[in-house]
Amino acid sequence: MQPGLNAKQALALRRHLEGGLPRVPRPYQSLAERINADENQVLAQMHQWHEQGLFRRIGLVLNHRALGFTANAMLVLDVPDALIDEVGQRLGRAPGITLCYQRPRRLPQWHYNLFCMVHGRQRDQVEAQIQALLKEHLLDDLPHELLFSTHAFKQCGGRFAPLPTGAPPRG
Amino acid sequence: MDDLDRRLINRLQLGLPLVRQPWKVLAEELESSSDELLDRLHLLLEDGVLTRFGPMFDIERLGGAFTLAALTVPEERFEDVAEQLQALPEVAHNYRREHPWNMWFVLGCATQQRLSDTLHHIETLTGLPLLNLPKEETYHVGLYFPV
Repeated sequence: MQPGLNAKQALALRRHLEGGLPRVPRPYQSLAERINADENQVLAQMHQWHEQGLFRRIGLVLNHRALGFTANAMLVLDVPDALIDEVGQRLGRAPGITLCYQRPRRLPQWHYNLFCMVHGRQRDQVEAQIQALLKEHLLDDLPHELLFSTHAFKQCGGRFAPLPTGAPPRG
Repeated sequence: MDDLDRRLINRLQLGLPLVRQPWKVLAEELESSSDELLDRLHLLLEDGVLTRFGPMFDIERLGGAFTLAALTVPEERFEDVAEQLQALPEVAHNYRREHPWNMWFVLGCATQQRLSDTLHHIETLTGLPLLNLPKEETYHVGLYFPV
């Protein structure tokens, strides 16, 4: 395989990709033109990043609200430390849970250490779904709360942080 | 949104194939054409049904620092504080939630130092105590959300 891009080109490619993949029939050709490389090199670099786990897929960020999933709830639970991994893994696999993380308690203000996100079309549906889920997993005795969101302020889609400079890909 | 839009969204959530002409592959799978699918994608992004299409970089692997934070904002100050946060590029998104901790947002910074500076900055700016809840373990990240 052709060697990938040089570090400067790789960084330029990453910056171009911050805005997303060009929406044209040959996106890697279009990117290659912008960074003065060829299509094969760009594809090879993309494969390399993919294999290194820098990105998992060329995918989408959905606007759940625009799709009618307006009942967005954060389920928080206080799980005994000895059980957190087991409970986290079980809830993480449950249908309807889109994200599941352990986060620290901040006593005395905050008692919960497991966070799950659930999206649904209707609030009562989401409530019923979560009650059923907790019952099924024998977790309904654990202290928990459901925090529904009532407003989403403008989100910036996917651009969370400035990319570190001078960090060429490994390998 | 029609059936093809839904099938396109569901298919793209699994990832666009990493090949020279990915839309040709998808067009065959979805029994459509590259041009039609690209047009659909443009519209879905323009209409705000989708907010991003492209590689989802694992920002933590790129060396960033992230956290989930919450504030208890008095009702009469809610909009003002939301605006203060919106002006900060480090704030990725911000939700109002029904709870005494009523404002929840994600912070993303290039370094850990920058993240703790930003947390202090928000406390100073708003005069409100802040809950800092960085992720300690990931059990599941939603990969697929059928529409």
